[in-house]
Amino acid sequence: METMSVETGLVEEEYRMKRPTGPIDHLKSILKARETGLILIIMVLFIVMSFASPHFLTWANMRVMFMAFAIEGIVVVGMTVLLISGGIDLSVGSVVTLSMVLAGWLFLSGMDPWLASLCAIAACAGIGALMGFWVTRIGLHHFIVSLAVMVIARGVSLLITEGRPLGLFTLPAEFKFIGQGALGPSIFGFEDSWSVPVVIVFFLFVVALFDFLMRRSAMFRKVFYTGSNEKAAAYSGIRTKKVIFLSTVFCSAMCGVAGILNMARFASAPPYFGLGMELNIIAAAVIGGASLNGGSGTVFGAILGAVLLSTVASSLSLLDVSVYWQGIISGSILLFAVSADHYLHKKRL
Amino acid sequence: MSIRSDASKPLVLDIRDVSKAFGGTQALKSVNFQLRHGEIHALAGENGAGKSTLMNIIDGIHQPDGGEIRINGSRVTVPSPAEAQELGVGFVHQEIALCPDVSVAENIFMAKTNTMKDWFMDYRALYKKATEVFARLSPLDPEMLVGGMSISNQQLVEIAKALTLDCQILVLDEPTAALTEKEAQVLFNIMHDLKDQGMSIIYISHRMAEIFEHCDRVTVFRDGAHVLTDDVSNLTQQDIINSMVGRVIDRLYPNKQADCEKTDDVILQVHGLSERTRFRDISFDLRRREILGFAGLIGAGRSEIIKAICGLEGDGVSGNVMLNGQIFEAPDYTRAVEQGVVYLSEDRKGEGVFLALPISQNISALKLEQVCNGWGLVDKPREARQARAFGDRLNLKRGHITHPVSSLSGGNQQKVALAKMLSVNPKVIFLDEPTRGVDVGAKSEIHCILRDLAREGVGILVISSELPELIGLCDRVLVIREGHLGGEVSGDDLTEENIMHLASIPTETDAMRNKNLQMAMCPP
Repeated sequence: METMSVETGLVEEEYRMKRPTGPIDHLKSILKARETGLILIIMVLFIVMSFASPHFLTWANMRVMFMAFAIEGIVVVGMTVLLISGGIDLSVGSVVTLSMVLAGWLFLSGMDPWLASLCAIAACAGIGALMGFWVTRIGLHHFIVSLAVMVIARGVSLLITEGRPLGLFTLPAEFKFIGQGALGPSIFGFEDSWSVPVVIVFFLFVVALFDFLMRRSAMFRKVFYTGSNEKAAAYSGIRTKKVIFLSTVFCSAMCGVAGILNMARFASAPPYFGLGMELNIIAAAVIGGASLNGGSGTVFGAILGAVLLSTVASSLSLLDVSVYWQGIISGSILLFAVSADHYLHKKRL
Repeated sequence: MSIRSDASKPLVLDIRDVSKAFGGTQALKSVNFQLRHGEIHALAGENGAGKSTLMNIIDGIHQPDGGEIRINGSRVTVPSPAEAQELGVGFVHQEIALCPDVSVAENIFMAKTNTMKDWFMDYRALYKKATEVFARLSPLDPEMLVGGMSISNQQLVEIAKALTLDCQILVLDEPTAALTEKEAQVLFNIMHDLKDQGMSIIYISHRMAEIFEHCDRVTVFRDGAHVLTDDVSNLTQQDIINSMVGRVIDRLYPNKQADCEKTDDVILQVHGLSERTRFRDISFDLRRREILGFAGLIGAGRSEIIKAICGLEGDGVSGNVMLNGQIFEAPDYTRAVEQGVVYLSEDRKGEGVFLALPISQNISALKLEQVCNGWGLVDKPREARQARAFGDRLNLKRGHITHPVSSLSGGNQQKVALAKMLSVNPKVIFLDEPTRGVDVGAKSEIHCILRDLAREGVGILVISSELPELIGLCDRVLVIREGHLGGEVSGDDLTEENIMHLASIPTETDAMRNKNLQMAMCPP
């Protein structure tokens, strides 16, 4: 009896060692990846919607949809990095708004808009540094620190604007171009009907860059190590506090960038922008595979999560579903998507 | 000294053909175990032999895949620890599982709150009852918070907790690992009292002397299978060790340093190392081609000394460390690694490896620059080559190098952690409990690797709570007692008795020093 079970143990071990790693395995690992599942769901949703509504699969709708989350998507990139490091940031919505308001206010007080934008982004990075300091040196949790900053940043925005949106129609055209302009051909005289907005180009560039860096660079690998097991990372000579600090700064800086794009797009800075945005962004990252415990996730997956959420939102509007139902449906999708993945993951292990 | 058990006594616990598998590993292969009324039954076996698994099944933490458990002759299932308690099984786990922010008395009666009918806690009665329990054990203040107590006192609280359960079967899992000789003696006296009152005790220990002195029968497990059960009086120490290991003992450890290899060439010299609270005035040399051991009770400060050298932790560390004749300073661990000093943590899963990450990424973590190109990007083929090279060198039994470390057995996980250390070509490796939870085969392989490394001139220092390992592997053993150097043993003096003696008997000057240390720890 005893020798038999020992032998089966050996065979199993050898089987595991000699497991082939050819193209079929590659295909299998692609099929297993969370991104594939999300792409499939999004594709199905697209097909269904293109039958359900004639307005869905039009260039105009697509552009509106993409525009709607391109700016949020930049924040999603920052949030994903922070989630992977093991942190979380509830202040993103407020910080995006603060960036808009601050840059707008500086511009109205006579500063060059580009310089004003740089200052606003730097200020947002500063807010991130402050939160990072509180988390790594004082030892509080990200959740509570960013909750406080969420309220404070919103308060500062209201203070600067005195509660009224800042009108920024005087922004120079070349500055507005980054938010409103488009690249590419205009066909049949319909102005920029087939062109791609600058915001989307910029967004795709940011996503591609950081997805690549997260997968390949040594710098961002340390974010994975830290989030996967902070102690083991420290015991591997990684300065984990520095990693967490920089991830926090990075996320807030991305909020700053998103705020500037938003300001250029709307030529205005409303202090009430981005309420509840943090939840959408965290939901997108989590649907895309980022773990709230840190250590796993991809930028690409998180963006797919954002695409899914915004496709659903756009579909519901096109189908004339009551606004009151939309929240219920989006929330349920979040719950089901994440539970399905959790269940599959448990099965796999 | 004790009355030997009598085969006519009824069986309290009867375990028949119990099996348990975790994933692909068969942790228990239809084992049998019988506990008689009023006996102290030792359970021995290497780490990973299946002792803990069987105990966890009795405690209801795991469910068996097959077989049956009988208590007092009737067949039972134990779905949870609470049910185990109701069946009269009390546990003292090896890991201390107490609530640090709660008083001693509340910890002891934690289990009782389950069955309590009152709406409010009667603290006065609680403290009174706790005082009664401690009257037998050791004078501890029941109102004290557990978090502020020493490890050995915490262990006593664990034992007190089990004693209040009115159990008929008591399981003690290495209860003396953190106790001094004197405290252990108190525990043994209580064990014999309980036995005389008719309690049956399962006693798990690595210490042969304790088994022979205090137990009636012994059962040995090896690789998840039952090997031997017999009266202690019919056996010799060698019998038990041989059946635990399953082969002749001399082959378990690699040859020690030969006389011709001995040298005064010092790799690492530590002089007068002190920390504010946890250790004082530690001085030692780590010589070329030797393996140095650190022995001591749990909580004596062994790991803390090493972590302070590596810059991993420590509060107000002072003293000198010289590495190959040059001053070695490590304000943080990153600097220590850069200078070639690495530390293998005792807590493999918590601090040693990234369970969810691939094998290759685990091995490269200590110095990512080694597998990067000029752009700071990780060169994956190079990372894979590194992982394969170290995997082969350490005889790592693995799947694909992109599989997560959690897919490996404990021994192979430890090899991954070791490969990570070796990837930076270290000058000194500190290993904290390097073979804890590692199966016998991998353990012996790790020992051989360490000996080879020492021969190559890498400084090796091993901390271990397993005395046979220290004795078998090390050329010299330093004993740490309550934060200072208790003594050094080598050569023929390297015995369990000598180490235990140095680890726990305080001399008069020690008593003074302890007092000072305690004053420093908790100023009035």
